[in-house]
Amino acid sequence: MHDDELAAALADDLDGSFERLVLTYQDRLYAFALYLCGSPRDAEETVQDTFVRAYRALSGYPAERVRDLQPRAWLFQIEKNVVRNRVRGRHLQLLPLDGTHAEPEDDELERPETVLERAEQRDELGTLVTRLPDRYRAAVILRHIEGLSYDEVAAVLDQPVGTVKSNVHRGVRLLRAALEHEVTPVGRGGSRPAPTTPIRIEGKGRVTLKEANR
Amino acid sequence: MNQDEPLSIQASRELVQRLRELGQVRAPETVLPTVLEQIGPGDLYAPIETPIGTVFVAFNDAGVSAVMPADDVAAFERAFRARFARPIRPGGQLPGWLRGGIWPNARRGGSRTALARIAPTRFDLRGLSEFERAVLLKALEIPYGEVRTYGWVAREIDRPGAVRAVGSALGRNPIPLLIPCHRVVRGEGQIGQYAFGRDAKCAALAAEGVEPEQLEALARSGVRYLGSDTTRIYCFPTCRHARRIAERHRVPFRSASAATTAGYRPCKVCRPALAAG
Repeated sequence: MHDDELAAALADDLDGSFERLVLTYQDRLYAFALYLCGSPRDAEETVQDTFVRAYRALSGYPAERVRDLQPRAWLFQIEKNVVRNRVRGRHLQLLPLDGTHAEPEDDELERPETVLERAEQRDELGTLVTRLPDRYRAAVILRHIEGLSYDEVAAVLDQPVGTVKSNVHRGVRLLRAALEHEVTPVGRGGSRPAPTTPIRIEGKGRVTLKEANR
Repeated sequence: MNQDEPLSIQASRELVQRLRELGQVRAPETVLPTVLEQIGPGDLYAPIETPIGTVFVAFNDAGVSAVMPADDVAAFERAFRARFARPIRPGGQLPGWLRGGIWPNARRGGSRTALARIAPTRFDLRGLSEFERAVLLKALEIPYGEVRTYGWVAREIDRPGAVRAVGSALGRNPIPLLIPCHRVVRGEGQIGQYAFGRDAKCAALAAEGVEPEQLEALARSGVRYLGSDTTRIYCFPTCRHARRIAERHRVPFRSASAATTAGYRPCKVCRPALAAG
C-alpha cells in the first residue's frame, strides 16, 4: 500500500487502519532503531513507543493533517526523538545523586557492543554502524540501510541536504577505514592479523582507529 | 590506501550493498500486540438520553469510561480520541444497568432507580491520578437529589486544603452525570462551574428535584445549614434529614461554628462538619 493511500485510510478510519500502519512499517522502524541503539531489546521497545506515540498524535490531528502526512518519514522522525529521549533518560540514570546506584545486572549484556558481538560477529559491519558518531550514524542508516533519498533523510533529520550528504559520506568513509583495518584484505599483499580493538569510541562519540598489537 | 583507486570505488559499492542488506531485519512479532495493548483494546459507545440531552457513553471491559455530549457521532469519536488517545467504535450493548434509560423523572424520586445504585466498580478510572479518583469516588457518594460543597469533598478525602484542586478534578471528570460532579456546588451556595456549562448543571440538578434557584436564594440569605430544635442536629439544606424537619422546628445557621455555639452537632449522614466523637 502506498504512503498516500495509507495516510488517506488513517484519516478516514484511524482505528481501522492503524494496524496496517504498524505492519507496513514495523520492520523499517526496527532496523533504524536496531542500528541506532545497538540492542535488540532497546530497538523493540523503541519501535513500540514510536507507534504508541504515533497513535496518540494521530488521535489529536484533524483529518486534513493526517491526509497530508508522509507516514514513513513522519514515523522515522518520531522514532529519532524516542531514541534521543531514551538515551537522555539513561544518562540521567547513570548519574545517581547518592553515588550508590548499582547498574542492573543485565545492563552489561545489553550494551550495544556486546549484543551485536554476541550475535557471532555475524555482522561486524552492523556493529561498526552502531559505533559511528551520532551525527553520522542516523544519516548513514537512513540513507544506506533504509534506502531513503537524501531529501528524505534531510527531512527526517531536519538538516540541510548538504549537511546530510557530507555526514553520510564521512560515515561511510569511517566504516570503510574501520573494515580495512579490521578485516584482512584478500589478495592484497601479506595478511595482517586483525587487531583486537580496531575501533574505539572516545569522549563524545569520536571514533579513532587504533592499530592494536603494535 | 588511495581513495582514487578503482578498487576503492568497488569497495565503496560493496560496502553500500552490504549496508543495504543490513536493513533486512524483521521486527519481533511481539511489536504489534504490545502496541495494540498499549493503545488500549478500544472502547465501544452508544448514545443515551439524559436531562441535558443525548450524550454518548463509552465503555470497555473495565466499565464506563466516558460520557460526552456531542453534536454527532463523528464529533464524539474525535473528541474521545483527542482526550483518551485510544480506539473507539460504535456498537455493542450498553452495560445492563444503563439500558432502558436510567434518569427517572423528577416526580418519581431517585432512590429506587438505577441511578441511586451506581457502584464505583462500574467505572473505568484507570487513567486518573489517585487524587482524581478519590474526588470522583467521593462525589459518587453524594445521594441523588442532594448537593455538597467543594470544601466538603476536600475534607472528606483528607485533603482539606485542596478545595481548588477538587474543583479541577471534578472539572476533568471523564464520566459526568453518571459520576455526579454536578452535585458539588460552591461553599457560598452558588451552583458553580460545570464542564458543560452552568445551564447543564442546573438542568441535571433540577432533574433530581433540587431547585437551583431555591438553593441560591437560600445561600444569598446567608443560610448554609439547617438545624432541628428537637434533635439539635444540623445538616446541609439538601440532606434528606434536613428536608424532613418541620418548618416550625427548622433553625437556619450561617456557619458550622454558629451551630456549634448554639449547641447543635453536625449530622452524621451529610457530615456538614466533622461530627464530634
